[in-house]
Amino acid sequence: MAQFHTLHDAVAQNIFDGDTVAFEGFTHLIPHAAAHEVIRQGRRDLTVIRMTPDLIYDQLIGMGCVRKLVFSFAGNPGVGLLRRLRDAVEEGWPHPIELEEHSHAALANAYEAGAAGLPCAIFRGYRGVDLPSVNPNIKSVTCPFTGEELAAVPAIRPNVAVIHALRADRKGNVFLEGITGVQKEAVLASKRSIVTVEEIVDDFGARSPNATILPHWTIGAIAQVPGGAHPSYAQGYYGRDNGAYIAWDRIAAEREVFLSWMEENVMKVGPEIFEIRTARLRQDGGAK
Amino acid sequence: MSGFTPSEMMTIAAARALKNDDVCFVGIDAPSAACNVARLTHAPDITLIYESGTIGTAPSVLPLSIGDGELCDTALTTVSVPEMFRYWLQGGRITVGFLGGAQIDRFGNLNTTVVGDYTRPKVRLPGGGGAPEIAISCGQIFITMKQSRRGFVEKLDFITSLGHGTGGGDRQAKGVATKGPTLLLTDLAIWEPDPGTREFTVTSLHPGVRREHIVETVGWEPRFAETVGETPAPTAEELEVLRDLHARTKAAHSGA
Repeated sequence: MAQFHTLHDAVAQNIFDGDTVAFEGFTHLIPHAAAHEVIRQGRRDLTVIRMTPDLIYDQLIGMGCVRKLVFSFAGNPGVGLLRRLRDAVEEGWPHPIELEEHSHAALANAYEAGAAGLPCAIFRGYRGVDLPSVNPNIKSVTCPFTGEELAAVPAIRPNVAVIHALRADRKGNVFLEGITGVQKEAVLASKRSIVTVEEIVDDFGARSPNATILPHWTIGAIAQVPGGAHPSYAQGYYGRDNGAYIAWDRIAAEREVFLSWMEENVMKVGPEIFEIRTARLRQDGGAK
Repeated sequence: MSGFTPSEMMTIAAARALKNDDVCFVGIDAPSAACNVARLTHAPDITLIYESGTIGTAPSVLPLSIGDGELCDTALTTVSVPEMFRYWLQGGRITVGFLGGAQIDRFGNLNTTVVGDYTRPKVRLPGGGGAPEIAISCGQIFITMKQSRRGFVEKLDFITSLGHGTGGGDRQAKGVATKGPTLLLTDLAIWEPDPGTREFTVTSLHPGVRREHIVETVGWEPRFAETVGETPAPTAEELEVLRDLHARTKAAHSGA
């Protein structure tokens, strides 16, 4: 049953050292504010899952929160590589991390299997490639009807899913639209969930009967954080801050620059900063 | 070579290969530009799909990422990512997929995972993303890559996505029925697989490019088709459409 909290309390009550956490979002609606709160609260030994780990995973890894990363594409989208992730993998800084690497199809299927209560996902994939030789969690099964050999990966069942959505109503039902990625599957596959939202409304009003809505009884904690996806975007609210993604490449390049940026922009501030950061992006980029 | 850059030639050669009735799985950068140039010139009805779930997009500026709002705003419909990979890609609805990589070998196998050893990499690259299944599920694959000895290698450090495997019938032997890479479009030439060995063979040199340019930028002994053509230079219309697209994109991304 959805409970309304401050972001601080939502994280403090739901994410613990050693947890497996999926902060999902596919370019759109990436839960930046929530990840920053996890960093501020100093969580350690997390296993973090994400199809497309980008800036927040670079930040979580660089700040020493992560023990293991499960992923399928780790990059700064349209810009380049993740330099803090590279430093951890190539140089062991701030400490070595374990990688479990998949393809997008594998993880998308694995989230869906998690939401569906299945132990594994089955799909046609990984033929003729090297990933199965370095990831023991990629196996195969034979179709009992046709004899076709298919790839199998374990379902994803995180302790916690963390997503950013557009709105919640007073009951705690959650609405999202646009590019919805795997967020619905991630929430339904997880034992607990934290949802940050742009706004809380009395009623969702006119909407498509097929709108993506997560009922309040599937949600754990809700925290209102306007701008909480920045520099990602929120459809209809604000546009993507491409300049911030480009700037990250330079910030993350050097350990000292990274640490001082995190101190100034994450450790010393609170979630309210996100509304200020998105103010100038609200005029045209997000408005429809 | 004057009046256009090798990159522009590569993008325009890729655009020309697309047909009006193609359903195309698009990647960022050169593929995105090529697909949209095709849409804005000879293939107005082409269906462009980005893996973020957007089907039938018509962006006026090129996205920086595969999930920019512009794609969703202009799409016919937007589906979830599991649906994209299950129904649309694995379901066999895509006629052409675009791929590129850090490394390619002569059979069109690609590496976007690591340079060096997997467990102790020299460079940790982003990983495969959608590529392993795009490579086997799309009807055919077009590859765009700039030629260099660092990228065009004798042996890949890691096979991220399957091309023609070890050549000949190896792809079919691995249980893959789709055609795989049928075109390799570079900044210097157009390459097509040899019908028997499936090794990529130069079939057309871009204007002003000589055979030694190919040899100098490839880490194996490249093969040339019996008759090697010359790629027609970009037309004024093609160049104008591509440059307008880049100018609009630059203005949009820097003005944000």
